Amino acid sequence: MKFLPLLRANLGRHKRRTLLTIASVALALFLFASLRTVITTIGAAAQFGSARRLVTTNSTGFVLPLPVAYANRLQAMEGVERVTWANWFGGRYGDGKRFFATFAIDPKSYLDIYPEMSVPPDQREAFLQDRSGALIGVRLLDIFGWKVGQNVTLQGTIFPGDWTLTIRGVYTPTDPVINDDALMFHWDYLDERSERTGQAGWYILQIDRPENAARVAKAIDDQFKSSNAPTKTGTEQAFNASFATMWGNVGLLMNTIGMAVVFAILLVTANAMMMSARERTREVAVLKAIGFTDRRLFGLVMLEAGIITVTGAVIGLGAAKLLYRATNFNAAGFLPGFDVTWSTLAIGGMIALLLMLASGIVPAARAARLPVVAALRNVE
Amino acid sequence: MALVEIRDVHKTFHRGAERIDVFNGLTLDMAQGSFTALMGPSGSGKSTLLNLIAGLDRPTSGAVRVGGAEVSSMTPVQLAPWRSRHIGFVFQQFNLLPVLTAYQNVELPLLLTRLSKGERDERVRIALGVVGLDDRLQHYPRQLSGGQEQRVAIARAIVADPTLVLLDEPTGQLDAKSSQEVLHLLGRLNDEFGKTIIVVTHDPHVAARAKRQLHLDKGTFVEQAEAVA
Repeated sequence: MKFLPLLRANLGRHKRRTLLTIASVALALFLFASLRTVITTIGAAAQFGSARRLVTTNSTGFVLPLPVAYANRLQAMEGVERVTWANWFGGRYGDGKRFFATFAIDPKSYLDIYPEMSVPPDQREAFLQDRSGALIGVRLLDIFGWKVGQNVTLQGTIFPGDWTLTIRGVYTPTDPVINDDALMFHWDYLDERSERTGQAGWYILQIDRPENAARVAKAIDDQFKSSNAPTKTGTEQAFNASFATMWGNVGLLMNTIGMAVVFAILLVTANAMMMSARERTREVAVLKAIGFTDRRLFGLVMLEAGIITVTGAVIGLGAAKLLYRATNFNAAGFLPGFDVTWSTLAIGGMIALLLMLASGIVPAARAARLPVVAALRNVE
Repeated sequence: MALVEIRDVHKTFHRGAERIDVFNGLTLDMAQGSFTALMGPSGSGKSTLLNLIAGLDRPTSGAVRVGGAEVSSMTPVQLAPWRSRHIGFVFQQFNLLPVLTAYQNVELPLLLTRLSKGERDERVRIALGVVGLDDRLQHYPRQLSGGQEQRVAIARAIVADPTLVLLDEPTGQLDAKSSQEVLHLLGRLNDEFGKTIIVVTHDPHVAARAKRQLHLDKGTFVEQAEAVA
């Protein structure tokens, strides 16, 4: 503690340089935390899914529909407790600049199968009763200022025309991985107005026991193998994971960018620390002449590097944690549950530690090894 | 027994292929409470001798003892704390830390001791009082004149009550008035406080203030003079 004024004075010697160095460390760790959170969010989405839920799609690809008539046959399969289905609607609202997911669902069975979507009972009932009613994620209220009871008109992109829906309910996900900015409406309403009738985009099935998943999936796919629309069934988790792989090797990309940024900042910080140490050759020699040991001077320089990197880390990582949480960021619905995890903060902290060692060790060792007489002779 | 004992000291420097013998068997004693001026032309070995006594440099052979401790055989790890207890160093260019106030500069050597904050505060104020700058505690070096800076440097050198105060051209950067102030201060430190002082100087006025003058040339003493009290 008694060396604090000395440390403070040294850090304040070039205030702008110190602040810029802290700012670059903060920015580097903010970017690192942000990029890594993209990876962890995609990873969490890929992991999401109840072990008791299966997804059945067209075996050619999930963009091709399946007959809605499969619903009864699926319901009749051994081990299947509930069946629901949904269609990707692809609607646009207003100028379309703010994208959000729109689905047509079989309302009652869908909400029964997804208890993670919390809807107030009166709104749930109102939504179920209104054929042109819509259920929206809670975030859409904030984005568009919508209210329950309001009519909204979507422009269909896959199903052309204007589609006017009445907001009847608002759902709040109890699991952050579920999108909170989607809009859902009655599949019947879509089917009634669409030229392509009797088609379900995909089925979601609730089975009795998780350990039956493989058996039930095989039984389903075997049953429809020879039909016009053969199926492909897997766990909901595998289905979500297949979406994650559509991002490509985004993890490698994000990691590479993140590490490149950290490395670049390391060079900046190390350069600033070395400049600072070079400017103080005379002072280090004087301190040694006074009686400061090599070890103490090494420690003081490392401590300076530590204060810079730790301050930068606290600002950068703290800002990432608080900012995304405060703004409820979800990348326009693409990254629901975007939240900087504690493990990301821990890794960021370790990077800050490495940054401190890498940027401080050379100037610290230089200060410790400085030959006093030669240094004093040069400055005298 | 002398406070400083230099016995058969040899010191050789190498500059590329060139070998420079600064001392060839130098022997010297300095008594406790003495005030010695080391004079001589540039390159005569004055500053090297000061560095050897302070343990900042090591003789090629021979022994340097201060207060009975063999400085020349100490390791760097032993030397640093020894220096903080026994040596006060004053440089020609003052060498105050520009980012610290006069108070903080003087406090530096005390940070290496186990003194409490209160004890450190008392000593810093006394030291700055002795050099007549107790009204400049919170001034930074850039806010002080050259003479005041050197007096702060002297306060820093004496604050830990060292065995020896070593000064390397302490008036080299000062005008006549400031030089006189510093010389008066050195005289007080020696006379009133009994400090043992060794000063390297080219300035005959500084030398005149010392009780003993040693003239070095090419590593040997060519002349010694004792002041008449």
